Amino acid sequence: MVNVMDLPEEEYIYPGTRACAGCGMALIYRIALKALGSKTIVTVPASCLTVLHGMQGFCSTKISVYHTPFATTGASASGIRASLEDKGLDEEICVLAFAGDGGTTDIGIQALSGAAERGTNFIFACYDNEAYMNTGVQRSGSTPLGVRTTTTPEGKLGHKKNMPKILEAHGIPYVTTGISSYPLDLFEKFKKARDIFGTKYFHILSPCPPGWGYEPKDTILIGRLAVQTGFWPLYEVINGKFILSKPSSKYLDPSKRKPIEEYLSVQKRFKTLSAQEIEIYKTYINDMWQEIKKRIESQE
Amino acid sequence: MNESKKDYQKILGSVQKPVKGEAGKTGSWAKWIPVIDISKCIPAKSGKPSCFNCWLYCPEAVISRTIPPKIDLDYCKGCGICMEECPVKAISMEEVKYE
Amino acid sequence: MTVSNEKEKVTNENIMILTGNHAAAHAFRQAKVGVISAYPITPQSPVVEKIAEFISEGKLKARFVKVESEHSALAVCCAASATGSRVGTATSAHGLEYMYEMLPWASGNRLPIIINLATRSLGAPWSVWTDHQDFITIRDVGWIQFICENNQEIYDTNLQAFKIAEDPRIFLPAIVAYDGYILSHTMMPVKLENQEEIDGFLPPLKHHINLSDISNVKGIDPVTTPNIIKRAEGTAPGYYEYRYALQKALENSINIIKEVHDEFFKKFGRSYGNGIYKTVDTNDANTIIFTMGSVASQARIAIKKLRTEGLKVGLVSLKLFRPYPAEDLREFFKDKENIIVFDRDIGYGYEGVLSYELKAALYGLKNRPNIKGFIVGLGGRDVKTEHIISGVHKALDAFKKGIFTNKTDFLGLNLEELKDYDESTYFKGG
Repeated sequence: MVNVMDLPEEEYIYPGTRACAGCGMALIYRIALKALGSKTIVTVPASCLTVLHGMQGFCSTKISVYHTPFATTGASASGIRASLEDKGLDEEICVLAFAGDGGTTDIGIQALSGAAERGTNFIFACYDNEAYMNTGVQRSGSTPLGVRTTTTPEGKLGHKKNMPKILEAHGIPYVTTGISSYPLDLFEKFKKARDIFGTKYFHILSPCPPGWGYEPKDTILIGRLAVQTGFWPLYEVINGKFILSKPSSKYLDPSKRKPIEEYLSVQKRFKTLSAQEIEIYKTYINDMWQEIKKRIESQE
Repeated sequence: MNESKKDYQKILGSVQKPVKGEAGKTGSWAKWIPVIDISKCIPAKSGKPSCFNCWLYCPEAVISRTIPPKIDLDYCKGCGICMEECPVKAISMEEVKYE
Repeated sequence: MTVSNEKEKVTNENIMILTGNHAAAHAFRQAKVGVISAYPITPQSPVVEKIAEFISEGKLKARFVKVESEHSALAVCCAASATGSRVGTATSAHGLEYMYEMLPWASGNRLPIIINLATRSLGAPWSVWTDHQDFITIRDVGWIQFICENNQEIYDTNLQAFKIAEDPRIFLPAIVAYDGYILSHTMMPVKLENQEEIDGFLPPLKHHINLSDISNVKGIDPVTTPNIIKRAEGTAPGYYEYRYALQKALENSINIIKEVHDEFFKKFGRSYGNGIYKTVDTNDANTIIFTMGSVASQARIAIKKLRTEGLKVGLVSLKLFRPYPAEDLREFFKDKENIIVFDRDIGYGYEGVLSYELKAALYGLKNRPNIKGFIVGLGGRDVKTEHIISGVHKALDAFKKGIFTNKTDFLGLNLEELKDYDESTYFKGG
């Protein structure tokens, strides 16, 4: 595992962005750019990241970014890649698409699926704050069960879409999950993905203080609880091989997992969760880990 | 420069160039500011580059990876993550007093 | 349905017998387009099939991104253009409508992308046959819009379109339209020019924006606020200034379009009127037929017959639909007496678009011509010479009686055969 001193000191995001205090996405993006370096072109659909990048005339990053309409992130990355190939610059420059959960799992899924199916050589990173935060916290296909949003005042019905699995089904060489609370894990994964040819997919949980309803200081803590309770397993699938990432490895043992209530009770968005829904969560997490266990055993 | 061009020919697509503080001095957002107690801070105490959790977890890149770490209060939004992530509790948040 | 089995015949060194679709594909090949992205749709598909063939045979060194939708096709084109490549695509009807969101994205960022449009009517109900509804529906998105009458014109207009779109004085995307099936699938002789000559006419793209130059860090198409932003590092326009610049670029593109058309004529010896509209027998005519595309081709025959009746009729076939050449048309029509407009489209809820736009353009003329519009050929209904002739008679008759109306008048309808049809009873066996 990398050490904090292995990370480049150079920052690719200037301080003084429009991101909210304690934004998980801001940290994820900062770490991703450190790992990918200056020879990177980013494309971003409508999202909180659009806001972070700033208004006309002036941007907050030292890396070029192309803003693209909501549904087109995968296509936009394909266009940049095709043009780089046309110009013979494709080996040198990394293309990074960075979208929210709405821009990935909902409106962006078609273009992303197309780009992945074509084997487009790029990294698609979804920072998942589990609702449309930039437009005022409406539910998305990635909103978990029971969450209160402005369009689900009684709590969302059904679990979140398992996007990494959908991307895995495309047969791409690299799929991984991440979270802002483990920046070294994220750094290592982005660095690895940069050297893999083909479509690389990151699904990164991104705690959001105003959207999830907690104090900005708790962004890291809450993300860690998502991992420690087993709600958000960190893993990689490299050419079909499943590898549990280090921060999650011990939670294969159910007794090591913290009770899910510890994660749910510290966020206002889960306030209306019923006892029955909490039980559903327990089954959900248990089933998920059973599947992981079986998968790891089948690989041995 | 571009004197021969007509006004509309100088305005094409909406573009941006990188600047520090795109949103202004975001330090003014802070209700609380972090203060580092050098006597507790691991790299400051040991004189060796180590820990730097405050630098690593800062979403705003306003903390330097130096001995001791320095916080750019012009831009720190006062989220308090550094305080939470400091393993020796060397960082405390002090309330900003606005006049 | 879209596969054409024809073999391209080479009649001499440079003249080939080509469909309109393949004429467009040859123009893309010779323009050395760097990135193409498209999705199949009838009747456009043979354009991109041919391009795929050129690439696989090594005749065109381009990247062809075979996307999962037209929305993605134009999104790929926009991003590839912003990265600095010469870019193009082709589509029809629903494909163009599906691209709609990306059309103002391309013009808003001043990306010189070329779309070939094999025109087709819009559903519901489904139809694969031609009319100009798809073409006119995108008139407010800030693209240059050309429409052609034959396959040579498709080839020539494409080559001109790249040069116009990439002109540093304007930087605008352009669409080259031609009637589905009537041109897209009909073979005609097309003279292809020598590559060296084309290279001389159309130099490599020097884009105003180039993401691939990573040493020059930039953000493209951010949120742009209503007002100008000023700070120590510089001043940036507001949304309103960007829109002003786009509109001015479009207005001023008319001169550049004429200039490029003239240059093309000098180099290759073919011209299309003044590059804006084409005229037939207009010098002595007091009555002018005004239309575009396939309808104009039909009108060319109608004029000859009308002239045998002693009517002094001429034709103006519009080639440039956007920017709308209002000043040129006002100048041309200022001395004319009667104008009869044939629209293969409708501005639904009003009248034919060519008709009402011409009326608006001629407002303020001292001696305004009489104008009457007709609707023809929607959904691929044949536009016959006798429809045009009857329209001219009907209009002249109305003018004589002093009847002027905006109510639509459909030619070639056949309601007589439907007199027993009633949808409410159709499923009950009448």
